[in-house]
Amino acid sequence: MRFTLNGEAREATSAPMSRLLDVLREEFGLTGTKEGCGEGECGACTVLVDGDPVCSCLVPLVQVDGAAVQTIEGLGDDHPLQHTFMSEVGAQCGICTPGMIMAALSLGENPSLDDIKVALAGNLCRCTGYAAIYRAIMKVKSA
Amino acid sequence: MTRWVGASVPRKDGIAKATGQARYADDLVFPGMLHGRTVRSTIPRGRVRSVRLDFDPAGFTVVDHRDVPGRNVCDLIEQDQPFLVERDVRHMAEPILLLAHEDRERLLGANVEIEYDAEPPVFDPLKSDGVLKAIDIVKGDVDAAFAAADVIVEGTYRTGHQEHVYIEPNGVVAVPEEDGVVVYGSVQCPFYVIKALKSLLGAHRHIRVVQTETGGGFGGKEEYPSMIAGHAALLALKAGRPVKIIYDRVEDMVATTKRHPSIVRHRTGVTRDGRLVAMDVEVVLDGGAYVTLSPVVLSRGCIHAAGPYRCDHTRIRGRAMFTNTPPNGAFRGFGAPQTEFAVEVHMERIAEALGMDSVTLREINALAPGDSTATGQVMRDDCSARLVLDEAVRRTDFRRKRETCRGTNRAVGLALFYHGAGFTGSGERTLNSKARLDLTERGVRIAVGSTEIGQGTRTMHAQIVAEAMGIPYDAIEVAQPDTSVVADSGPTVASRTCMVVGKILEECALEMRARLGSMSPAEYFAKQGGFSVLKTYEPPDWIEWDEHAYRGDAYATFAWGCDVVELEIDRDTFEVRPIALTAVHEFGRPIHPALAQGQIEGGTAQGMGYALLEQVVMRNGVMANAQLTNYVIPTSLDTPDFDVVMLENPYPGGPFGAKGLGELPMDGPAPAVVNALRSLALDVREIPATPEHLAECASR
Repeated sequence: MRFTLNGEAREATSAPMSRLLDVLREEFGLTGTKEGCGEGECGACTVLVDGDPVCSCLVPLVQVDGAAVQTIEGLGDDHPLQHTFMSEVGAQCGICTPGMIMAALSLGENPSLDDIKVALAGNLCRCTGYAAIYRAIMKVKSA
Repeated sequence: MTRWVGASVPRKDGIAKATGQARYADDLVFPGMLHGRTVRSTIPRGRVRSVRLDFDPAGFTVVDHRDVPGRNVCDLIEQDQPFLVERDVRHMAEPILLLAHEDRERLLGANVEIEYDAEPPVFDPLKSDGVLKAIDIVKGDVDAAFAAADVIVEGTYRTGHQEHVYIEPNGVVAVPEEDGVVVYGSVQCPFYVIKALKSLLGAHRHIRVVQTETGGGFGGKEEYPSMIAGHAALLALKAGRPVKIIYDRVEDMVATTKRHPSIVRHRTGVTRDGRLVAMDVEVVLDGGAYVTLSPVVLSRGCIHAAGPYRCDHTRIRGRAMFTNTPPNGAFRGFGAPQTEFAVEVHMERIAEALGMDSVTLREINALAPGDSTATGQVMRDDCSARLVLDEAVRRTDFRRKRETCRGTNRAVGLALFYHGAGFTGSGERTLNSKARLDLTERGVRIAVGSTEIGQGTRTMHAQIVAEAMGIPYDAIEVAQPDTSVVADSGPTVASRTCMVVGKILEECALEMRARLGSMSPAEYFAKQGGFSVLKTYEPPDWIEWDEHAYRGDAYATFAWGCDVVELEIDRDTFEVRPIALTAVHEFGRPIHPALAQGQIEGGTAQGMGYALLEQVVMRNGVMANAQLTNYVIPTSLDTPDFDVVMLENPYPGGPFGAKGLGELPMDGPAPAVVNALRSLALDVREIPATPEHLAECASR
């Protein structure tokens, strides 16, 4: 299976029906993508496939054949959302944070609070009550 | 004026959590590592007749109770819970057999046949004969005092299980080391794990526990990780290879602890003008199949059961009962959310019975300095019941808002609550916690066993040390909790990590500062080399506690809160939409305002889930909805807008006046929500207040 992973052409040798989550974590060692529930409810494993946020625990490897996959590692360590998630305390325990940031990337500029709530509705956080996450996103996305 | 304390400095976690570089238990890989799995009971009560491996055992490591080198008990308060069933099964999903294999698919495919002689289980704590713990608190003469009451109000209030839903499920990796093991894991209390492993493996053995980055705890990783660590250690020692056990969400929900369900009965005598003259409270908790932490959960629940009110004649009878469900355990609030729910809804009903404004009723009875609690603890100047109540009522214009909601589908509700910080009574003295500061070539290092589980331990401790030493925050390093390196600062529970451990660190810092004199840490190190300061917690000398009679100073201090919630109900579907929540909290002084606000917002959201959404369905003694698909926690769309107010009233015994905060926010939302629903003419006395339950209330 060939696909683009964080901008580089890669070939995966895992079984075609392997969960994309496991392929990323185990074959490519990209452990920034987290497993919280394994059934597409918590969003901790959110990655972008061709720019759209998906739960990588629900996506078989075969489905990303030829696609572009982006994980949290693909953002490097200097993305504005990464900084504001830490400075606004949008990250407490941090386990939902990579998925939250990937989901937030799908937001356009100047989103309303409601836009943000809808965009994050598939990503569970148990620590923050979401408010600090909104503040982190607003700080980056509001002009 | 302080420079570091009170400032929202950058978290010590750096940017690792936002880049995916932070290493959680499941991110660790060791050469030759096996995956471990737990085979569990499928009956709630009975005896194991036979265990048969229905697979080719080649390549598998198999462990049962006969492989335990030491004692087969998970050593906590009591020594009653086995790591692995020997014969008697006391609950569903009880560990019987352990398997390990390097291939996860083969491991999960291995079938084990277990035959049982089943016995009838007990699920209803009110029908159980097994009293796990009894507590009686008596103040004054309750029976005589009822004679002086104009009105007597009675009621029974119920709360259900609650699942923690830390987003990172439980997990550990055990790696053979010397003649023992090192366990890396998602744990709140590394030294609890040490205690349990010493008993399991033998005290002479080398045992080390290292806390990995932990994806939430909320009490759910207080005691249960000792069990998982024991399992992984047994497999690793037998296989001679590292073993990783990571629970999936279903296993985590089915097998690990939950918040204790409660049934609380109140009978209260009150005068026409609203003075509480007699309170008779009965608290029943469902403990589950083993003792675990239930005695202390019951203790905290009972101590908080009369609410933040003065009443000269109070009797609180508490019982935790054995049932045949997985043991219930620590969960943020630790018994207090249950009993404070009951008393705050009961106060609303007392006001209804008197035809009195419920805010006025609270104003009349709220504890003030000089008043005493049910255990006879006299409130000091750091008692802020009226402060938070008055501010919440003023800020939300509560009385007017309640009037304008009348006759609409909107409602507001209020709850006043408090939470004792630190271990109960003489608990902190018994714990004898220690903290250490090291002067190293890099600066000053904090070496404590207190864990960062999201709440900001590392950051807040570093602020306290920086402030007390008068050196920059960036010069403070925080050691990863590794039991071979750090001091045992006690468990990371009970809202004690800031107030108690922070206080010891402040004292360590002051001593280190005195020793450095005018030199900076780097200058001193260059001249004299490194040194350490180790100190032990000294509770305030005025604390007097009689554990036998349950009299005296239950806590060194309390934090105070008043929540006002505004919500809307759909009269056809009974769906409740929370709109806004104002949380007025007083917890001494915030060390890091943004972290503190995060604790309040997060704890309040968890409390909203407890109130409205989170229903554990138990079927045959086990959670039937053990998935995030049908056990629903608040999403961004279910969570109201928060207005958080942090009032200050310093506690002299805490670092820079700080009290404990972590659990307080959990106590208020449920009664505030139910009190709002009550004003919509729904006689709700139970949570979660699901649409189904509200429809039932409406049809009564």
